Amino acid sequence: MKELTPFYQAINDPAALGRRITHKKIIGTLCSYAPEELIYAAGYHPMRLFSSKADTQLAQNHLQTYCCSVVRGVLEDSLAGRLDFLHGTVFVHTCDSMQRLSDIWRLKGQYPFFADVILPAKMHTPSAKKYMAAVLERCKTDLETDTGRPVTSQSLADAIRMYNRIRKNLSRIYALKSRYPAVLQNKDLLALVKGSMIMDRQEAADHLDNVILRLAAAVPDVKDSPIAPDKRLILSGSVCDMPGLYDLFQDTGAAVVGDDLCTGRRWFDGLIPEDMEPMAAITQRYAQRLVCPAKHRGLHERADSLVDQAKNLGADGVVFALLKFCDPHAFDYPYLKARLDDAGIKSLVLELDDGQDSQGQLATRIETFIHMI
Amino acid sequence: MTRTDDKENRKIAAAKKMRDIMTTYYLDALSASQNNRQVAWITSGGPVEPLVAMDIIPVYPENHGAMIGSSKMGEDLCSKAEEMGYSTDLCSYARADIGCAVVQGGPIGGLPKPDMLICCNNICGTVLKWYEVQARYYDVPLFILDTPVCHTGYFPETAAYVKAQITEYIGFLESVTGKKMDMDRMNQVGHLSLEGQKLWQQVLKTTAHKPSPMSAFDAFFFLALIVTLRGTRTAVDFYRELLTEMEDRITRNISIVPEEQYRLLWDNLPVWHRLKWLSQKFSDHKACLVADTYTSAWCGAIQYIDPENFLDSIAQAYTRIYLNIGIDQMADQILDMIAFYDVHGLVMHSNRSCKPYSFGQMDIMNIVRKKAGIPVLMLEADMVDPRSFSQSQIDTRIDAFMEIIQHKNRPHTRVGPQTDTGRKAGAR
Ligand code: SF4
Ligand code: SF4
Repeated sequence: MKELTPFYQAINDPAALGRRITHKKIIGTLCSYAPEELIYAAGYHPMRLFSSKADTQLAQNHLQTYCCSVVRGVLEDSLAGRLDFLHGTVFVHTCDSMQRLSDIWRLKGQYPFFADVILPAKMHTPSAKKYMAAVLERCKTDLETDTGRPVTSQSLADAIRMYNRIRKNLSRIYALKSRYPAVLQNKDLLALVKGSMIMDRQEAADHLDNVILRLAAAVPDVKDSPIAPDKRLILSGSVCDMPGLYDLFQDTGAAVVGDDLCTGRRWFDGLIPEDMEPMAAITQRYAQRLVCPAKHRGLHERADSLVDQAKNLGADGVVFALLKFCDPHAFDYPYLKARLDDAGIKSLVLELDDGQDSQGQLATRIETFIHMI
Repeated sequence: MTRTDDKENRKIAAAKKMRDIMTTYYLDALSASQNNRQVAWITSGGPVEPLVAMDIIPVYPENHGAMIGSSKMGEDLCSKAEEMGYSTDLCSYARADIGCAVVQGGPIGGLPKPDMLICCNNICGTVLKWYEVQARYYDVPLFILDTPVCHTGYFPETAAYVKAQITEYIGFLESVTGKKMDMDRMNQVGHLSLEGQKLWQQVLKTTAHKPSPMSAFDAFFFLALIVTLRGTRTAVDFYRELLTEMEDRITRNISIVPEEQYRLLWDNLPVWHRLKWLSQKFSDHKACLVADTYTSAWCGAIQYIDPENFLDSIAQAYTRIYLNIGIDQMADQILDMIAFYDVHGLVMHSNRSCKPYSFGQMDIMNIVRKKAGIPVLMLEADMVDPRSFSQSQIDTRIDAFMEIIQHKNRPHTRVGPQTDTGRKAGAR
């Protein structure tokens, strides 16, 4: 499907993309809580950083082996000069590993701009929300100091509309994929989300429009397609930047119909109200979007929402794609699994390394699971 | 003097008293429900003073974790948690505690059931997840005191947020206990807490004396009171006694390590399951670990505490603790300690369990090498889980490290009995 090409081009070589984007300075982000709307409104190009999965040779002088591959991998890319197109980075406080990466990165001082966005760990109390609003204000001021220009309400409103458009489009694509699993390959979901996180946002939004048109046109053909995968899966985890894994599901006849991932719904869940004061509206969206395990919003919310999603989408199973050494997700797993068990939904846990692309053993485990559900 | 006399002579007398106090404390905690008292589990870096003021017994899973580690029961309990689905890569305090809650094992047959949980995330993000797990398991209210990390500073919005939460915390305690906080009592506890911390600081500073009257291994042991009984008269009295004993040892020139020649600084949590072995190992090299970054964290924020305005001031004091700051500030504190304690080398425990403590250590190591010019040794281990401890490898590495230190330094000449603990060096 040629409409997908721009997304695959973007994700196949993000560094090349970074070097191509010259009309705007590029600010790297490392988390789905990074307030991209502010970065965008300030006139920068926000670009999510993913590990290029090269061997970690330089990063091992800064981070021990028991650090997750996302943190080690991105640091490696930076130290190796593969991110030299960056003007700066915005770090968001999430997990302990990211917290220290921020320090190491700041001390390295490789790029002109650096900002920490120290979000609250709680997302649900009035004082946390008030603090969050102040933190986002500070981020805005940091950006303004760097550009030397104020971020106007107009530019914020434009950014909000742009992000809403992208998020709405991605939600619609996920909905179509869930309804007609044969309409897209599993790995296309990853390509579309990841691409939207790194491409010029205007282009991403336009291309997503095209993808939707094309998918809508394709529906009649795939509706009763005999090749439609017959098992329905939901993926849960942090970053799941492994096209190979999506392919393994595809090969075993299982469709990914939903997810709870940083490279998925957690990035595009929740629209920003367009009829509110922009900063307040942005704060509200980040406080209310699908919560990540590094943040707290009650003891049951993640499990409730995963079980609901699985039920609503008629999922046959949930696959936990957990990155090795990722604490927040590892802590939540036993409870999430128990709640899925209670709801009669089968699950499989895979412990992955961002660097390893799914092979052998993994394939066998996945096949076994898919046949069992 | 025979060898045994010598050993007896070097023993710290207060240790027995400390054991008794801790035993009483745990007995009280374990019989809390019979005595109609409530128990709160609280993180080691959390503000315990309001609990003390409200007569709630604070219990520290991390202190319990240290006991589990020391009694070498870590592997068993951690494995239990792993069977429950928790990854082996999670903090071993958390794993041991989660396992222990279910099997009621460990050295004291498990902790008393909590009536509430108080989690302050100033030490790590792990405690947030760990306390969520326990809040679900015990089905009790959880209060989270969220102390945003101060990478580069303490901002007005941070201050406002944490202060607001201190008020929420008091409200939480009042609603769980159904009692009003007595502010006079709170003030008394505040004063005692500060006094205890100051005494603890003085105790730690006595090791600037050459030879050192105690070592970091002793500090690891004596730490328990300032963690668990901070804000009580018991802690104040005990540390005053301990300080007197240390001062007396200085006057009599009694060192903890026989013929101390080398002085080292320790970074990160202790390796609880190998304390004895490590202590002997360094001692055999005539090296004393005179100080550490861990035990000093419980007196590191004294400068922010205002006893007249205690509750307001602890917002800052609990937010700006050692682990909740940027690694550049941590390196600065280490450099101050290196100067103050006049050490020959730094030993860093790269602790698989504790990511916020261990990540950034390599950068700190480079800063120390550059600015202080002393050798640094990094040992990979885990504070509670012995499975990642390779004794033979660590043995060799310590030998090699001590060889470098010996090479670099001729044995220093002893300074007389006078103490130089008064030397000002903002060591913390
Ligand atoms: S994968 Fe996990 S440990 Fe790594 S940065 Fe993300 S949340 Fe943190
Ligand atoms: S050892 Fe580290 S990770 Fe574990 S509870 Fe303590 S501070 Fe947190």
